[in-house]
Amino acid sequence: MSERLLEIHDLVASFQTEDGWVRAVDKVSFNVDVGKSVGLVGESGCGKTVTAMSIVDLLPKPSGHVLEGEILLKGEDLRKVTDKRLQAVRGGEVGVIFQEPMTALNPVQRVGKQLVEVLRIHKKLSGRKALQLAIEWLDKVGIPDPEQRAMAYPHQLSGGMRQRVMIAMALCCEPKLVIADEPTTALDVTVQAQILNLLENMRRELGMSVLLITHDLGVIAEQCEEVVVMYAGRIVEKGTVQDVFTRPAHAYTKGLLSSIPRLENAHKSELNTIPGQVAAIKDFVPGCRFCQRMGRRNTMVRRRPPYTEIADGHWVEACRECYEG
Amino acid sequence: MGKKSEFLLQVSNLKQYFPVKGGVFGSKVGDVKAVDGVSFHIKKGETLGLVGESGCGKSTLGKSIVRLLKPTAGQIQFQGMDITNMAQPALRPLRQDFQMVFQDPAESLDSRMNVNELIAEPLVIQRMGNARQRRQRVNELLDQVGLPKSAAQKFPFEFSGGQRQRIGIARALAVNPDLLILDEPVSALDVSVQAQVINLLLELQRELSLSYLFIAHDLAVVKHVSDRVAVMYLGKLVEEAPANELYQDPKHAYTKALFSAIPVPEPGHQRERTILEGEVPSPINPPTGSAFGSRINHPDYEKTVGVDLTPVEISPGHLVAPDQCCLTSEDFAKVKPKEEPLPASTD
Repeated sequence: MSERLLEIHDLVASFQTEDGWVRAVDKVSFNVDVGKSVGLVGESGCGKTVTAMSIVDLLPKPSGHVLEGEILLKGEDLRKVTDKRLQAVRGGEVGVIFQEPMTALNPVQRVGKQLVEVLRIHKKLSGRKALQLAIEWLDKVGIPDPEQRAMAYPHQLSGGMRQRVMIAMALCCEPKLVIADEPTTALDVTVQAQILNLLENMRRELGMSVLLITHDLGVIAEQCEEVVVMYAGRIVEKGTVQDVFTRPAHAYTKGLLSSIPRLENAHKSELNTIPGQVAAIKDFVPGCRFCQRMGRRNTMVRRRPPYTEIADGHWVEACRECYEG
Repeated sequence: MGKKSEFLLQVSNLKQYFPVKGGVFGSKVGDVKAVDGVSFHIKKGETLGLVGESGCGKSTLGKSIVRLLKPTAGQIQFQGMDITNMAQPALRPLRQDFQMVFQDPAESLDSRMNVNELIAEPLVIQRMGNARQRRQRVNELLDQVGLPKSAAQKFPFEFSGGQRQRIGIARALAVNPDLLILDEPVSALDVSVQAQVINLLLELQRELSLSYLFIAHDLAVVKHVSDRVAVMYLGKLVEEAPANELYQDPKHAYTKALFSAIPVPEPGHQRERTILEGEVPSPINPPTGSAFGSRINHPDYEKTVGVDLTPVEISPGHLVAPDQCCLTSEDFAKVKPKEEPLPASTD
């Protein structure tokens, strides 16, 4: 029996907009076990990032709020702790790697200094010791000449190098959980391969868990043990990567998997598509939202479909149109 | 009109340099060799895919071909006519025949124009038809790219990314071009929408016998839509082959590395993963020999310095740079430059 690190129960995250409150994440539940790598996948606007950022309360304020649910990190409900404790968790027990390091890093501070700041706050190190450790971490994430690069500003580094700095910042306090939000989306494939490899090595070395958010199913298949597929603010399917990729149950998962151009595809053949697009959040129906996209008008539009466990740990939102059980 | 050529577009030894200014008086201190001696051709109804990492010069190449830039050297022939140094007024009527579709439709479409105005704009510029005919043509185009007629009165922000890209395509098609330069047309889209736009492009190509230059960094997408694929690295082509052949039998080490870096959506997929060290070097001071050889610190790098690495044919239709660092010795033997007579030795 593996040990639970993070448990999320019925998470609801909402945003205040001109159209009133909209539910970007609508009762989402999943777990991350110790040492495991879980992928969170879905198209843009389906609530992946909002789900992940809710964990450490990094939703854009004042419009974003976690309204309901439990977020348990080693049994401690992060929704109920003090701000001070949450600050210690953020960057301490939970590291976050953001998609675009150019906006996440401070542009007017040397990267070494930014790392030192993290280490001084969370590890209570003296300036000298922190700098030494910062340089060690830059070296660990594969940055050549770490002493010199520590003195560089973010704009002086390439995209891949900036992402390495972000990883060093997220990992330098040896977190138990790393939330990586599209860590390689802005990078070229060859650099992506380097960064994913680095992340994987670090995970093994430090025994941490990873919650990897991406829209790239290829990245999930290679990096993760478990996968959570989100659509329009809800989970439509979750399970081991093996189960979900080889025996996808929900029509959305099937559609996603079959619309990827693959290298072995017949040349210029027609790709499978999912018609339409994700509805705007304010238009989400209470029932099955994939039926909404497909233009199906049936009872499922009115009532939310239940979840069914179709194999050990393989769950699917059992809409009778989208899942043939 | 110029004489008919077998090729719709023929590019020979194209160079596009940008000056680097520096020093106290902003004098020129060097060149960014964004495109450095590229040759290829596109036939009617054919798609040439162009792949490479960011900064390798693929977008610049696209822009020089449609003459949004003035090439530094080389030749661009379109339908047999040399357009390399043609002045803009002379070029304007020709622009009917080649159009460009950009990556980010949110940025390339004027947000203050409605869809009708956006799609009709190229017709106005080319003085084609009267107002009524143009409106009719806009409706026709909306239908062709799968948008409802009601879209005509809306503004770009009212559409999703995929729909905006359809507007970009309709706008490019308005003047009945023969060639579309597609610069990362699907990179900003989600996979299900990406598949819709790819299908649309394939369908339009069949219907209108269009030719495409399809520029992208996603090798799987490029391979899917292209007849032939050219691989670009640091301003130069390193390999070109029919799409299937390139995938089944890549010759150049860089092409192999690119293929091996693509994550495959199959769990447990076994592959030889070559993790490349380093990143694309700067085109300001590119290595004098094999650019890729220098990135991977190949022991034979010195032997490529000063060698002409223009791709040559290794098998029919399959071209590869005769680069000792990046080919197996067997492949290199096939494309090795002819031995020059050695200067009289002194020992």
